[in-house]
Amino acid sequence: MAAKTRKAATKPRSVLIVGVGGQGVIMMSKVLALVCQRQGLQVKQSEVHGMAKRGGGVFSHIRYGETVWSPTIPKGEADVLLAMEWAEGLRWLDFLRRDGGAFIADTKRIVPPFAFRSRKYGSQPIYSPEAPREVMEMVGSGFALDATKIATELGESRAANTVLLGVLSTALEFPVEDWQEVIAQNVPAKALEANKLAFEAGRDWADANRSAPMEERLKDLPGRDDRRAAEIAPKTVQFDITGEWCKGCDICVKMCPERCLRLNDEMIVELSDPEACTGCRICEWLCPDFAIRVRRVPALEPVA
Amino acid sequence: MDAKVETRTGEGRDNAEREALDQAVTRPMIGNEALARGAWEAGVRIAAAYPGTPSTEIMEFLGTYPVGDVHVQWSTNEKVSLDVAIGGSFAGVRSMTAMKHVGLNVASDALMSQAYIGVNGGLVLVVCDDPGIHSSQNEQDTRMFARFAQVPVLEPSDAQEAMEFTRRAFDISEEFDTPVIVRSTTRLSHTRSPVTTTPRTDHEPLGFNEDTVKNVIIPAHARMAHPRVLEREAKLQKFFAAPEFTRWEEGGTEIGIITASTAYTYVKEVLPEASVLKLGSSYPLAIDRVREFYEAMDRVLVVEELEPVIEDAMNAAGMPVEGKAFFPRIGEFSPEVVREGLRKAGLLEGVEEDAPFAVTPTARPPVLCSGCPHITSYMAVRSVNARVTGDIGCYTLAAVDPLKAIDTCVSMGSSIGIAVGVAKAGLETKPIVATIGDSTFLHGGIPALIDAVYNDANITVMILDNHIVAMTGGQDHAGTGKTLRGEETHRVDFEEMVRACGVKSVKTIDSYDMAALYQALREAVEYKGVAVVISDRPCVLDPMKLKGSPLQVRADGCTACQSCMNLGCPSLGWSDEMLDGYHKVTIDETTCIGCSLCAQICPSDCIQPVSN
Repeated sequence: MAAKTRKAATKPRSVLIVGVGGQGVIMMSKVLALVCQRQGLQVKQSEVHGMAKRGGGVFSHIRYGETVWSPTIPKGEADVLLAMEWAEGLRWLDFLRRDGGAFIADTKRIVPPFAFRSRKYGSQPIYSPEAPREVMEMVGSGFALDATKIATELGESRAANTVLLGVLSTALEFPVEDWQEVIAQNVPAKALEANKLAFEAGRDWADANRSAPMEERLKDLPGRDDRRAAEIAPKTVQFDITGEWCKGCDICVKMCPERCLRLNDEMIVELSDPEACTGCRICEWLCPDFAIRVRRVPALEPVA
Repeated sequence: MDAKVETRTGEGRDNAEREALDQAVTRPMIGNEALARGAWEAGVRIAAAYPGTPSTEIMEFLGTYPVGDVHVQWSTNEKVSLDVAIGGSFAGVRSMTAMKHVGLNVASDALMSQAYIGVNGGLVLVVCDDPGIHSSQNEQDTRMFARFAQVPVLEPSDAQEAMEFTRRAFDISEEFDTPVIVRSTTRLSHTRSPVTTTPRTDHEPLGFNEDTVKNVIIPAHARMAHPRVLEREAKLQKFFAAPEFTRWEEGGTEIGIITASTAYTYVKEVLPEASVLKLGSSYPLAIDRVREFYEAMDRVLVVEELEPVIEDAMNAAGMPVEGKAFFPRIGEFSPEVVREGLRKAGLLEGVEEDAPFAVTPTARPPVLCSGCPHITSYMAVRSVNARVTGDIGCYTLAAVDPLKAIDTCVSMGSSIGIAVGVAKAGLETKPIVATIGDSTFLHGGIPALIDAVYNDANITVMILDNHIVAMTGGQDHAGTGKTLRGEETHRVDFEEMVRACGVKSVKTIDSYDMAALYQALREAVEYKGVAVVISDRPCVLDPMKLKGSPLQVRADGCTACQSCMNLGCPSLGWSDEMLDGYHKVTIDETTCIGCSLCAQICPSDCIQPVSN
């Protein structure tokens, strides 16, 4: 094993682990770095944190070999891209080596608040539309799996990252005992048993799927969900105010989620930013004097 | 953010522990841990800092060493932390401070004077730059500051050097009678690589040096000190030629690369065969050694991140050299950036890039946490329709979608002074509200609040007291009642403090009580003069992660009005169910902490506790 490792290490190997804050990216990369160190390899592990706790993306570069210079992986040179969240994996896809770099991805989706930014009539969440089947077809090497489901079946949904470590361990050349020992040293004692099982489950899953040709593996993966693309006929918002009934109480101005109302010089409410109005009708419901009426009417297209 | 480093308290340490600590071991450390280790090995006795990414963990790691070895503290700002370190130096012990690059702007007044005064015990400033602006306001280059202050700067390229250079910085400081800057970068501070440790050297305290001509920097003394600063610069130019700091790595003579810091690792990655002059210091430049290298090579390129410090110094010394013609002055370097520069310089063939994979990434900007008390504070500010001056902290995120409640953000503590200026300009028709966090207020807000009262500015100040320095990962400060090592201490009473500044209208409100907060703010903006509202709730992550019973949306009651989506809470999302073209809302029970903010603003009253 040692000889093989040395041979593989003449050029540094690069593993990029990505995910969302709180998923354990840093813990996982620490485990890999410690496994590498046990082989007597030089290892550099680089991460940028600062926004991680605030729901942003987290990434960690791990490079190991006899000599490692750059702490970051050059684009297109990652041997493995391990994604704990689906869209984060897609973000870093171009870092993968094109000649056989493996994409190991959890199909778990964490949809960020930013995806719901547009609250206009008919808006849909903004999230990468590409489905596991088409992406794995494009990349050609690696696995997409529902690690959370595997971990939940073992009774510990939080061990999903250890399931992924199990899959990763089959893609790298290190002895399985080293993985097991390092994981044991780095998880809380009460979660040890669950993590052991999760690591084995990840390895078993990878072994069972590795032998299957890619076409076979693709069959079981979800394809693109076209339901969301269903057309919703565009509508425009019509906003009517009965000025004589408005007493300028300001309730609608304060409560408008889009802040597109204001009181004019006569203390009568008006729509200050028609573009921003989503037609949510909160102002209509809250007006104590029934002075506001919001209607959504079908948009009319000019005839050519 | 890395897991917070657990510091320690307790009395002294026993010999067995010291022996264990002194043992030479090789283990992976992030740059910040190595910087702390280097200081400990050098026998540092006084260390003070104000937290700031990417420098924060340095002090926390120092706090893991025995109490008897080193006094470690959080200071109220970087200027104070440098003053504390200067005090330690005057007293005759090795002292240090650590800060992020913009922290040095705050501390610079003390640095500029101390550069003339010199040191008694060794004095080291570890300053962490942020090329690429991962978590800062700018990407200023601390090497320019070193040149400006005429103090030497050491630039490690990996964790091992970070430890060794920091240790040596104290020797250099004492030998050359100067403060020394050790400059790190985000990449170095947060990269883990193997470090081999050495034992700590304890130094007999030197005692106070009662030399008033040296220690008291009045004009007459400063005029005497200035020539010494220039002599020191010349001596250091010679000293830095030593191979320990300036390493000539032999390759061919056609092309020679001069580089420093992490840029060195990228050069080695991309052009492993070239001759390299690896500098440990860009200022003062080991000019004679650089000239030897320059003359031995057919062509010389300088590869340095950010500003052309080495390049300018070489050009000024009559060595025309290329650098920034090929390598950017903006952003963080990487192997790709260095490769592209070398290609532009005609040294590497262009490689044909693969077409990018045809996938659509998902935008994932940072957001305030589920249950973050800042969310209500800014919902209330929005409702008073104010001109809002913001400050530095997590709450700066309220400037962007969906809260969009902040108009300006400049530097630590700026919000209040800027509000005074806006008010005195006399043109603003909206009420003027300055918003500032608890630690930021202690850092730089107090003089500005006194200024506002003194000049009778008609402004409202909202102090967002979440009882912690949250942005950097949950550090203590003078308003938390705990020291860096976790000991109980005096806790600043913000109301008392604000009244002492002369403010007559002060109210403390629970941040989670949205109606009360709105009412208090409305009264405050109507008050003529300086009014202060303290929005009070601990951070939901630090010092401990808070979680209550989660809430759920009663789908049959949800009118899909999207009011709650205004909070930007990460636990709120859209369900697949739509009502008349709009998505109904759903709450992720695993992340909801039950703060009830969404329930408070729901006009349909359909958000309720999860029924068991």
